[in-house]
Amino acid sequence: MEGFLQALAAGLLIGAVYGLMCVGLGLIFGVMRVINFAHGDFMMLGMYAAFYLFTAAGVQALFGNSVGPFVAILLAGPALAVFGYFVHLALISHVSGTRTASLEGEGHYAQLILTLGIALILQNGGLIVFGSVLASIRTPLSSSAWELGLTSDISVFINKARGIDALVSLAIMTLLSLLITRSRIGKSLRAAADNPTAATYMGIDVDRAHRVAFALGCGITAIAGGLLATNYPFHPFVGLEYVIVMYAGVVLGGMGSIIGAFWGGMTIGLVQQMSTLILPTQLQNAAIFVVFLLIIFFRPQGFFGRMVERT
Amino acid sequence: MLQFRSMLPAIIFTVAYAVVSLSVSNSYYQLVLTLVPVWAVFGLSWNLLSGYTGLISFGHAAFFGIGAYTTALGQIYFDLSPWLLIPVAAMLGGIAGLLIGFPTFRLQGHYFALAMLAYPLAILYVFEWLGFQEVTLPMKRDAPIAYMQFADPRIYTLVALAIMLATIILTKIIEQSRFGMALLAIKQNEAAAEAAGINTLAWKLRAITLSGAIAAAIGAFYAQVLLVVTPQSVFGMLVSAQALTVAMFGGVGTVWGPVIGSVILIPLAETLHAEAGARIPGIQGVIFGFAIICVILIAPEGLFWKLRDLLRKRPSLKAATVPDASQPAKAAVTPFPAPRKRAATSEVVLEVRNLSRSFGGLKAVQDVSFRLHKNEILGIIGPNGAGKTTLFNLLNGFLRPDQGEVLIDGRNMSGQRPHVICEAGIGRTFQVMRPFLRMSILDNVVVGAYVRAKSEDEARKLAADAVARVGLSDVADRVAGELSTKELRLMELARALAGQPRILLLDETLAGLGHGEADEVVAVIQQLARDGITIAIIEHTMQAMVRLVDRFVVLDHGAVITEGEPEVVTRDNRVIEAYLGKKWVAHAAH
Repeated sequence: MEGFLQALAAGLLIGAVYGLMCVGLGLIFGVMRVINFAHGDFMMLGMYAAFYLFTAAGVQALFGNSVGPFVAILLAGPALAVFGYFVHLALISHVSGTRTASLEGEGHYAQLILTLGIALILQNGGLIVFGSVLASIRTPLSSSAWELGLTSDISVFINKARGIDALVSLAIMTLLSLLITRSRIGKSLRAAADNPTAATYMGIDVDRAHRVAFALGCGITAIAGGLLATNYPFHPFVGLEYVIVMYAGVVLGGMGSIIGAFWGGMTIGLVQQMSTLILPTQLQNAAIFVVFLLIIFFRPQGFFGRMVERT
Repeated sequence: MLQFRSMLPAIIFTVAYAVVSLSVSNSYYQLVLTLVPVWAVFGLSWNLLSGYTGLISFGHAAFFGIGAYTTALGQIYFDLSPWLLIPVAAMLGGIAGLLIGFPTFRLQGHYFALAMLAYPLAILYVFEWLGFQEVTLPMKRDAPIAYMQFADPRIYTLVALAIMLATIILTKIIEQSRFGMALLAIKQNEAAAEAAGINTLAWKLRAITLSGAIAAAIGAFYAQVLLVVTPQSVFGMLVSAQALTVAMFGGVGTVWGPVIGSVILIPLAETLHAEAGARIPGIQGVIFGFAIICVILIAPEGLFWKLRDLLRKRPSLKAATVPDASQPAKAAVTPFPAPRKRAATSEVVLEVRNLSRSFGGLKAVQDVSFRLHKNEILGIIGPNGAGKTTLFNLLNGFLRPDQGEVLIDGRNMSGQRPHVICEAGIGRTFQVMRPFLRMSILDNVVVGAYVRAKSEDEARKLAADAVARVGLSDVADRVAGELSTKELRLMELARALAGQPRILLLDETLAGLGHGEADEVVAVIQQLARDGITIAIIEHTMQAMVRLVDRFVVLDHGAVITEGEPEVVTRDNRVIEAYLGKKWVAHAAH
């Protein structure tokens, strides 16, 4: 029982961060319908950005070891958003959005291989710049825990850093929902996602909406990456490990649904942690993919997706 | 020997490659020369499924890895020769393809692509858990040939080349057969292919089975060349990505794409790895990434298509969608108006009984019943959203009815798949045109002929015949992407005709046409009716229809509000109300 509750708690905490990570990708995928293979590597950059902001840019000196990492992580978001904005402007916009009408398969082939190329550059460039040594954002909170005594003999331990990670994820998620539903730019994003052609007729600059979505998606995933980095060490090729989790989460949630991507990521986190109760650790990841396959066979549109078919 | 001639470039290329590789004695360079055809074959296997059907697979490593572990484990545990294990691997890969394809083909587009990603990764972790982290193939010094462990590395290259040539020839044969045409049709428009009588699921399963078999065979050979297998090196995401990279870089949907991609990228990657990577680890990946990005920005569809376009100076699709004004009007247009009463009989060929279908709360079609008599032209009209297209989708099997029956020659066919209904003699066209844009008009139409034709020649003949009947013979060789709206409408008509249907369902065939153009199409339809085809046509504009049809069925809000001869129907108050609103009924009465 205690083991179950402990796994559940761990699943919920990591799930919240996975959820945020998936939301970043889901935003890009939902709005642009581009499969971005490099997204895990953008997250890797976010991790390193947070790392260097914390250690080298004076955040550690200013805010100390407990608050500092989270300040650095939040700053990494905008940094990566700017980076994403320019990557879209310089590269991805050439094979996506309104320019793809004349390409075979709406440019999907070109997008795939382009983002693969970007992934290669980021991974190997990262290796050159950051080196292959494992890095991590150390905070004293990573190694201390709150004890929640549920009854006299059952208590659940919550790692402080993970607890704060989950709270930050939820806060960012709330802010993003407000931005998407309330603001003008959020509305244009939703319009561009729903029907790009109609959005163009309504005077929405679809390419600009794509760029904003891409930047926003990169920023959000960078924050999620920074949060993960408080507990998991990372290296320049870490993106490969996460990009698959991200896609599984986005598809589970239903393409085009932002909130769906969050729940998709949450599901992955829960499956991953709960599977440790019955399966050997090595099969944790296999369990994720089996559950993923089962869910999409029974509900191909995901939790929150719609099946839209136009004849 | 047209077949042989089309294989000639592949044979010449293979022989030239073999000659070059025989002159290389350095064993490292020889390994690179072996890996080029290996990855080319892997790219070809991916291309066979994803290039031709358009269903992108991120999971081809599943097959590759199954093959690799088959040779490795087969030798370790059963002491079998790779000469035997490679065919066994191919068989296992084929079975895996079938097992994976059957459930996964229910998914479409991105969902399919991403679901495929899950298979190799799930298998990867299982193999790690089973303890096959690093499997080394046993050395067989006593019988090197029998165990494919050649002292001379050049022999590996020759074997790889032989596999590559075989794969190219196989792909070419498929490309030129109805298999290839079916796959291309699926890629360009799956729904249209299904409606044209192609059993899309069956063809897709054949494609993934074959593709899996080839990928597994080359994976098996790869293990034999490297003699070491790890889960990451054969099931990893980078392996799946390798197939995509060589195929997309070179060009998708052609045998040459993966070959070109592999010939350029593999040596480039290996040389960079050896030369630059030794000095600055990682620089090779950066340069490689830049190279890919630059090429793909210049040639988004791959090198092969870019080169071909440059050589042929093919007008781009954009320019082609502008209607061609210089096109002279067809001379052979039947004069208008044609005699309206043909020998419409009382024999019922299609009967619809109490057909209903809802989407959530919306009753798109409710309790619709009507009969289609042999050799009549029935107009199905109604305002936008009346349920006309949904009705057709129910008739040709795109949708299953919630209730009711569709009887074709007295047999209940409701709920059958579209290609079955097409076989039963019902052809259809689409409101939103669904041409196979990259194919010529004739090829577009050939796809529709397969449902009746037994041989390739017969299909060509039926197609040419259908093209002639709609008056497009002069432009039959042009690519569909270059046609005007009217020509596309006629081409869709020809595609439906090529399957020699007895009943044609035409969905807004006149939409988007100018007056003169509509008249030409109407003339073609009338001729078809005189030739004995029964026609049901949807329109929401009355004008052209009044002169064309024998009888109207009028739909509104999914239900039949009236039916009868044009003169009667157009004066019916309910019809006027449905079209124009209540207040016009009073006007019309005066």
